[in-house]
Amino acid sequence: MSKGIFSLKSFGPAAIVIALVILPSIIPRFYIYILAVIFVTALLAMSLNMVVGHGGMFQFHHGAFYGVGAYTVALMLTKTSLPMWVGFVAAPFVAAFVGLLIGLFCVRLSRLYFGMLQIALGSLIWAIAFRWYSFTGGDDGIHGIPLPSLISSTTGAYYFGLILLIISLIVIYLIFKSPFGATLQAIRDNPERCEAIGINVRRHQLIAIVIATFFAGIAGVLFVVVEGSVFPDLLFWVFSLEIFVMCLLGGWFTFAGPILGAAIMISLRTFVGIYTEYWTLILGIMLILLIFFLPEGVWGYLAEKFGFQRKKLLEKERQ
Amino acid sequence: MLRVEGIHKSFEDFKAVSGANLTVEAGQLVAVIGPNGAGKTTLFNLITGQLKPDKGKIIFNDEDISKLPPYEICRKGIARSFQIANIFPRLSVFRNVQVSVLSQQRKSVRFFRPARTLAVEETQKILEDVGLSDKADATAGSLAHGDQRTLEIAIALGNKPDLLVLDEPTAGMSAEETAATMELIRRLAESQGLTILFCEHDMEVVFNVAESIMVMHQGITIIQRGPDEVRNSARVQECYLGGA
Repeated sequence: MSKGIFSLKSFGPAAIVIALVILPSIIPRFYIYILAVIFVTALLAMSLNMVVGHGGMFQFHHGAFYGVGAYTVALMLTKTSLPMWVGFVAAPFVAAFVGLLIGLFCVRLSRLYFGMLQIALGSLIWAIAFRWYSFTGGDDGIHGIPLPSLISSTTGAYYFGLILLIISLIVIYLIFKSPFGATLQAIRDNPERCEAIGINVRRHQLIAIVIATFFAGIAGVLFVVVEGSVFPDLLFWVFSLEIFVMCLLGGWFTFAGPILGAAIMISLRTFVGIYTEYWTLILGIMLILLIFFLPEGVWGYLAEKFGFQRKKLLEKERQ
Repeated sequence: MLRVEGIHKSFEDFKAVSGANLTVEAGQLVAVIGPNGAGKTTLFNLITGQLKPDKGKIIFNDEDISKLPPYEICRKGIARSFQIANIFPRLSVFRNVQVSVLSQQRKSVRFFRPARTLAVEETQKILEDVGLSDKADATAGSLAHGDQRTLEIAIALGNKPDLLVLDEPTAGMSAEETAATMELIRRLAESQGLTILFCEHDMEVVFNVAESIMVMHQGITIIQRGPDEVRNSARVQECYLGGA
């Protein structure tokens, strides 16, 4: 039984990875690009879910750290003569550092207040990107960022994104399953109880924020690689809510849910967006249906239906 | 082991605790009794740091712990359960206890080893001790109320406490469950040499089990003595037992 689950578990992801490696040679360039965008967004949503789904914190302005990562690499590639890899490596660390600074203030507050303060502080960063024309390009953003030739083509960006996504997912998975991840989920369920069993809740939350913003920084780097440009919308709080919705849509208490959520959102925006500007209308209807019928998200529903999640207590034991 | 000296706590104008004293010697099973609103839960919250006292001292092993945050008090060796089932509802029963054991072993901030390989034996031992091992894989939130309360004690045991503080461990339980829980508490105290401090409504339960009883009324300690002396105390009968 447990062996069957194990082989199913490793077979699924392996098949998907192989398919994704082969795909670019058979699908048109437009779809390669869309998939690459999904990779970027999936990583971003996964990083957000580390704090929202696993940590139970109201990380309302995750886009700020994504934007910081993207702007860091963009500015270093256009404004400095440092080797290109320095910018790529520095971006996640800068994002994590900003995550640490903002996190230091936010973890002192609980729940909604945490989220409100984060929107406030994150919006300051957005304002800098939006207004400081001479440095960040203001609302025009930065375009035509020079990229290493290996990853400047759509296919190159696709594979670069795929590799970074897989590595990141493995690391996030290890953290999810580690004592740190287990404790973080316990904090999500009941912070008060965690304090009473000897866990320094704020420090734990802060570490989680730093890790999550690090991965948001990586997603920011990927964005630059895929799009070749940055603009302040990345840091705008409305976009952050979109990432939040992806987590809810896919299933925020599951591991892989946000990937699915990101894929659904990007597909909707791309394919419904062709027919109507009001694709968010469809999204809204989907969200309403979701709340009523799939409160655990799409992945959460599938997981329960096909039984690849922990079994609930047997009915007869409850009686 | 634990000494509470003249502790005070007010919420706005309401004096929840105004002059409580309590002594717990190592190895003792101590009960705090008092009518609703006597300040029992507030007293416990003060001892384990969820609340900070306005005045007074809490000495644990010769150290004043009254200003420490809850997690540090826990690390000094005091673990507790809560009056309302306070568990991790989305985690498995096993994981509920394991998180506590990991914290006790200072392994909560490890990243690259799967949690399922750590602290397994200790966790299983505790689940066996309290009789929850057959439900180890169940989601904690789906347990029956009585089992959730037992799980709560199991979580506290995961911290390997020197002093176990139980806030009304039988609240909301049937007579049968109450008896089973008290039996469990007595067994733990005996077999593991645990020092236990608990509060309780049910008089019979307390007089049967406790070695020392502290009576609280309107936030003030009336008396702390052995069960017989407390039962015969005129002052206790006056303000708590209502002469019954």
